[in-house]
Amino acid sequence: MSIRGKAAIVGIHEYESRFDPQASELSIQADSISRALDDAGLTKDDVDAMYSHSGFLLAEYLNIFPDNIDTTQVGGGSYEFHIAHAAAAIAAGQCEVAVISYGSTARTAQRAIGTGGTATRRVPFHPEGFEAPYGTTTVGIYGLVARRHMHEFGTTSEQLAAISVSTRQHAMTNPFAVMRDEITVADVINSRVVSDPLHLLDCCLVTDGGGAFVMTSAERAKSLKKKPVFVLGAGQAVAHPGMGTRDLTTIAAAQSSKKAFAESGVKHKDVDLLMAYDSFTITVLTTIENLGFVKKGEGGPFVAEGNLTLKGKLPTNTDGGGLSSNHPGQRGIFLVFESVRQLRGERDGNQIKNAKVAVAHGTGGGLSVRHSGGTVVLSTEV
Amino acid sequence: MATEQQPYRKPLPELHPEIAPYYTGGLRAELMIKFCPNCNISFHYPRTVCPECLKSDTVWRRASGKGTVYSYTITYQNLSPGFREEVPYVLALVDLAEGVRVMTNIIDCDPKDVSVGMPVEVTWERAEELAIPKFRPQKS
Repeated sequence: MSIRGKAAIVGIHEYESRFDPQASELSIQADSISRALDDAGLTKDDVDAMYSHSGFLLAEYLNIFPDNIDTTQVGGGSYEFHIAHAAAAIAAGQCEVAVISYGSTARTAQRAIGTGGTATRRVPFHPEGFEAPYGTTTVGIYGLVARRHMHEFGTTSEQLAAISVSTRQHAMTNPFAVMRDEITVADVINSRVVSDPLHLLDCCLVTDGGGAFVMTSAERAKSLKKKPVFVLGAGQAVAHPGMGTRDLTTIAAAQSSKKAFAESGVKHKDVDLLMAYDSFTITVLTTIENLGFVKKGEGGPFVAEGNLTLKGKLPTNTDGGGLSSNHPGQRGIFLVFESVRQLRGERDGNQIKNAKVAVAHGTGGGLSVRHSGGTVVLSTEV
Repeated sequence: MATEQQPYRKPLPELHPEIAPYYTGGLRAELMIKFCPNCNISFHYPRTVCPECLKSDTVWRRASGKGTVYSYTITYQNLSPGFREEVPYVLALVDLAEGVRVMTNIIDCDPKDVSVGMPVEVTWERAEELAIPKFRPQKS
């Protein structure tokens, strides 16, 4: 059974604050769920399914008794997995109104998402025992992919920097974005090196934040307040070192996107918006290639030609992304919010004209070690 | 073998029997890698079950200790104890002659002299009861 067109996203709320010491992970989700239900024209009593890595605790906090619950936690891309699972559950009649949510106080907690490494003296032997003793950091884990990509394809730091620059241009139109000053390729190259070849401005922010969205059946969606955004296809994958021989420039997106595109029936040329997880610039580059928008090795020239702007061939991360808007640790849910805003025509100041199809791809975990990839194809038309 | 930090502050693996020879072989100057006699392949990380055929009669074999750099990153920022004193250091993936890839550090050279494809050889850093396999440029 295909999930194509069976379920729709009908309400969203992105938590506005990027630094909120009064908030907790649960309060951010509860507030966002309440507002996302308002956006949809639904109430708490309509909710019969909850999707969140803290869903078990969140049900109690909200005093909801769901029939269907999913706490899938595969890192930053979890929310694209949640969409796949919720669409299947809705299509199978196991639930009718699902809320998907995320909340984090990473900024307040000053959590070192990017460069902290582990300080545990003895770490579990599978798999950390073969990584942590060597000083792995999140930036370093992605830097290994960047270096290999440069070696195989001649990709340059300037090309990666073009991703930071176009993402910042988008952020300048987003009043909630943390970083809104224009930057140049030279600014990125001249920012300090965190883990060579990645500079500070190749890296995402660390913020608080979260949000929620509501999914229901295509049938019920028709009677709600906002224009429904239908789920046309979804794909899930994990990639890992396997036996110790994985090609580092092939990421989980290669597997997940095949299923998502095939199920949706959508062609790459018909995609109006790409929301690509941008923990680092190299994440975006490998995602564009592995999703099949360009061939492997062609990503560098493609992004350097300005194709990720509204005037380019593939407008990408039009909210300012993790690089410039916000990154509370698991940013996959924000890819959904911006997709819905664009498809509804609600993106003041940076609206893609007549946007009908968006692809969101979340990457979770470490790109050169084990990571998840979730692709969803969304559209206002079935 | 590099001398031990006093006290050793970087994280170490739990020394479980399933993986122990990788981190104790160096005490005898031996780099030990798992091998499946059914598939005639080496694999890493070490585990009891062969990741190809899922049979459990895998064995440890002494590897040549020679390899080439598959990729690397020079880490300039790591706030964790033990590493913050060592930046910049080279985190690398090394392809061994046996056909497996290991995560490691490239040491005993200027980080800026490391390149993809560079021939390297194993050396060890003592850490409590362990010897951590690391790599250095091959001596010509």
